[in-house]
Amino acid sequence: MTSNDTETRSVLVERHMAHPPAKVWRALTQPHLIAEWLMKSDFLLELGHRFQFSEDWGSIDCEVTAIEPNKSLAYRWDAFGLESVVTWTLTESGTGTHLRMEQAGFRKDQEQAFQGAQQAWPQYLSALEQLLEGLD
Amino acid sequence: MANAQDAVFRTLADPTRRAIFERLCREGETTVGALTAGAGVSQPVVSKHLAVLREAGMVEGRQQGRQTHYSARREALAPLIDWTSQMTGFWESRFDDLENLLQRMDQ
Repeated sequence: MTSNDTETRSVLVERHMAHPPAKVWRALTQPHLIAEWLMKSDFLLELGHRFQFSEDWGSIDCEVTAIEPNKSLAYRWDAFGLESVVTWTLTESGTGTHLRMEQAGFRKDQEQAFQGAQQAWPQYLSALEQLLEGLD
Repeated sequence: MANAQDAVFRTLADPTRRAIFERLCREGETTVGALTAGAGVSQPVVSKHLAVLREAGMVEGRQQGRQTHYSARREALAPLIDWTSQMTGFWESRFDDLENLLQRMDQ
């Protein structure tokens, strides 16, 4: 997942869900359901719709860039000077749905902006815990 | 990388020094005098901590008249952070919550 300094890098998470794609799709695209597992948002399932995910620590600017019902969904995910794209891919399998999330587009020079963002500061690093608490 | 991490950890290990760095992150550019006001230690002590932070590349100073204005270099924390593993952890836990939600939803 990590490569050299000049390429963009991406995060890939995949999991089998024991539920049909249509149901997973609902959880990915209905704001009241999205809020239950991801974040509050003003998401709308419309190409080009701009929306925000919001959390205590700030918000993420998004724009729907691709929709293929029950199959794939992509939105821009911009925060703290970062520009990335999150793409969801749903593939029906015999027993449910293979769900794949790829967050792509980080460049090395954007990484520092990301690293400066408090949301990304490593909670597991005890030396920084106090520092984190002090940052709104 | 390990050495860079060690240096950052060593620098932030002192609670007073960490508090100074935290304030600079939060409040932006600040003078020694202003930092001393909230630090609970004397100005020479604050200056000493600032020198250590500066030596470690975690703060920078800008001279203006007789005063030095200090600011945090947040990018100095970069050696501690691997964003891909951070984001992967974030999404893994979101997947857990999504799976829980799916179990609670009607077909």
